Amino acid sequence: MTFLLTEDQEMLRETAMAFARDELPVTHLRQLRDSGANGKDPATRQKLAELGFFGVIVPEEPGGEHFGLVGLGQILEAQGRTLAATPLLQTALIGASTIQLGGSPAQQAEWLPKIAGGEVTFALALDESAHFNPLNVATEAERNGQGYTLNGEKRYVPDGHHADMLIVVARTFGEPGDRHGLSLFLVPANAKGVSIQELKTVDSHGAANITFTDVMVGADALIGAADEGADILEPVLDRAAIGQAAEMLGSSQAAFDMTLEYLNSRKQFGQLIGSFQSLQHRAAKMFTEIEMTRSCIAAALDAVDSGRNDVAELASLSKARASELVHLVSNECVQMHGGIGMTDVADPGLYMKRARVQEAMYGSASWHRDRYAKLNGY
Amino acid sequence: MADTIVDELETFRAETRSWLEENCPPSMRTPMKDDEIVWGGKRGTFKNPESKLWLDRMGEKGWTAPQWPKKYGGGGLSRAEDRVLQEELRRIKARPALFSFGLWMFGPALLEFGNEEQKLRFLPDIVKGKTRWCQGYSEPGAGSDLADLQTRCEDKGDHYLINGQKVWTSYADKADWIFCLVRTDTSVKHEGISFILFDMESPGVEARPILLISGESPFCETFFTDVKVPKDQLVGEVNGGWQIAKRLLQFERSSISAGGFGGTGGSGILGPDEYAKIHIGTDSDGKLLDGDLRGRITDHKMYAKAFNLTVARQTEQAKAGQAVSHTASILKYGAAKMNQDRHELLIEALGSEGLGWEGEGFDKGAKKVTRQWLRSKGNSIEGGTSEINLNVISKRVLGLKDHQ
Repeated sequence: MTFLLTEDQEMLRETAMAFARDELPVTHLRQLRDSGANGKDPATRQKLAELGFFGVIVPEEPGGEHFGLVGLGQILEAQGRTLAATPLLQTALIGASTIQLGGSPAQQAEWLPKIAGGEVTFALALDESAHFNPLNVATEAERNGQGYTLNGEKRYVPDGHHADMLIVVARTFGEPGDRHGLSLFLVPANAKGVSIQELKTVDSHGAANITFTDVMVGADALIGAADEGADILEPVLDRAAIGQAAEMLGSSQAAFDMTLEYLNSRKQFGQLIGSFQSLQHRAAKMFTEIEMTRSCIAAALDAVDSGRNDVAELASLSKARASELVHLVSNECVQMHGGIGMTDVADPGLYMKRARVQEAMYGSASWHRDRYAKLNGY
Repeated sequence: MADTIVDELETFRAETRSWLEENCPPSMRTPMKDDEIVWGGKRGTFKNPESKLWLDRMGEKGWTAPQWPKKYGGGGLSRAEDRVLQEELRRIKARPALFSFGLWMFGPALLEFGNEEQKLRFLPDIVKGKTRWCQGYSEPGAGSDLADLQTRCEDKGDHYLINGQKVWTSYADKADWIFCLVRTDTSVKHEGISFILFDMESPGVEARPILLISGESPFCETFFTDVKVPKDQLVGEVNGGWQIAKRLLQFERSSISAGGFGGTGGSGILGPDEYAKIHIGTDSDGKLLDGDLRGRITDHKMYAKAFNLTVARQTEQAKAGQAVSHTASILKYGAAKMNQDRHELLIEALGSEGLGWEGEGFDKGAKKVTRQWLRSKGNSIEGGTSEINLNVISKRVLGLKDHQ
């Protein structure tokens, strides 16, 4: 296991941090919100493609050099710092991982170069209720002569309101709750029978509820084996949780830095408020939590790249701890800013709004604690 | 160039491996037993004769203090060689040959602040485990505010005269010598403190063990009445002791947090999840029946995992030469919380089985847990309270200011 970045990964991190700071500051999210873009940002997508960020986990040739999930984690952490709405988690991480882990040679040859070039974006259509519960899928995919017919409803699909392609988790066998019987399908967002309801969300990133009514896809839309989709989905969701946690680490660190700056500049009773011990100790505890969570995420990213067998445990550890961290830091950020923290013009509220979305995605802290306990045999 | 270094290291590894094969006695390759820990010293005893053999051999090589210079009895190894040595020791699961405040705390400070004569005089006997040291820091009126210490040290021309009292002096009743903070100037606070060494057999020194809420303890109250100390036993400048004291506290906090207060439990003790399975039970899926306790155990286990990963990350960064600043305070704070949470959960999972004190009718391991639970309450007090650690983090790491 290593916690250190290679020279190349270090350079990638610096590039990503500079890009987020200069091109995607929090004011950029504000502009998108105020103009009603709801997270849709074609100009940024173009810039990310030019930087090569979509292909970070995709080797240029099979087995070739790449930055790995450790590299992508640095980019996600950078975009978390400024709350940037980008298609990277859905496309560069989830889309690429799904095709890499489950795609046929033909699917890999078709989609991986397009992902790497930023020519296509993906969204994972999974949840059907208000809570993450990946086996609780009722959406049906029924075999027809040439392929499958999909019927069902998906809720709160991140990027579902602007992605080109949907990865749909559907049931080809069994009942909601069964692990066996899930299958993954690639469905163009503009396919006949796909109805997309755009959602205005609290974090201004947007999302979509998506209804599938007699949507016909060919047999070649199936990723991996029919009924065995969970074998692909579970490792993909572990990576998604780790990537989301990396983004949350960035948001937590930025909210904390902002808070610290305020503590060191705001005066009351003739004193800097950061000189009051009750605030100092809370700041010191937050710092300790950030450093400990940073270690978990670095270990989890590295575990994926080096093919270790404890990825699931580290994914749950990272997502649970990052969720608790961003919850704590975003709340304290508002509280320690006092009245100004309650105003729309200040940034703390934006961090808190985004935090709650991040916490819910790919399993809440309690979902991952429960899984961590199961993995540890109690 | 780099290849030569690698070759040399591999030669060193081969030599080390064969030396250890020949010299590490068989029982020293088994897990440490609590009553076989070797603290050395003039009055030191060896329950297992092989642990004396092991200490003598390691001490002779200087490998109890691998990186200290050879002229002071150390191993004279480079950092890379020391790493190889530690890897080889771990490979054969060798026990530490010596537990010693001299090795962990006083020695590193003397190397940095002592004069040549003092280093030659004191360090070799630390390496060989011949002299056991104790630390005279806290006083009844100077705990967290250590610099308020009042033990007087007067210059009497050809010697110093010491009067006062120390408390929480670990193993003062067993130690041969003490490194001690004393007041040489009463008109100023931090700038009136000196760092002095003396023999615990000097006339006027008395150590009395302290009984804790958990029972017997290594701690003592230590009294000094007109203790005469030769002048060449003061380290550094007169009134310059606070710098040494602070540096030494860093060594202390690192050694406490690196051990995590023995947070893995020790022999004969199970984890909270395992005790809960036994005493509370599980459902047909193997889940603990008490869902609330299950969640809190998981919180703790995740904290412990994150803590251990953080120790590993900082160790790797330090080896790579990346600056790791003030991590000792973070780890000390985290280690105390982790160990206390763990023991509260152990007691809760054990139920009435965890409420025994002594005698028959209780499981031996459970009684040990009960004592350790009480002892763990000191983790957030000793070696700098958690509140002091949070002060250090907020001021030195985060740069928050003092009241003006």
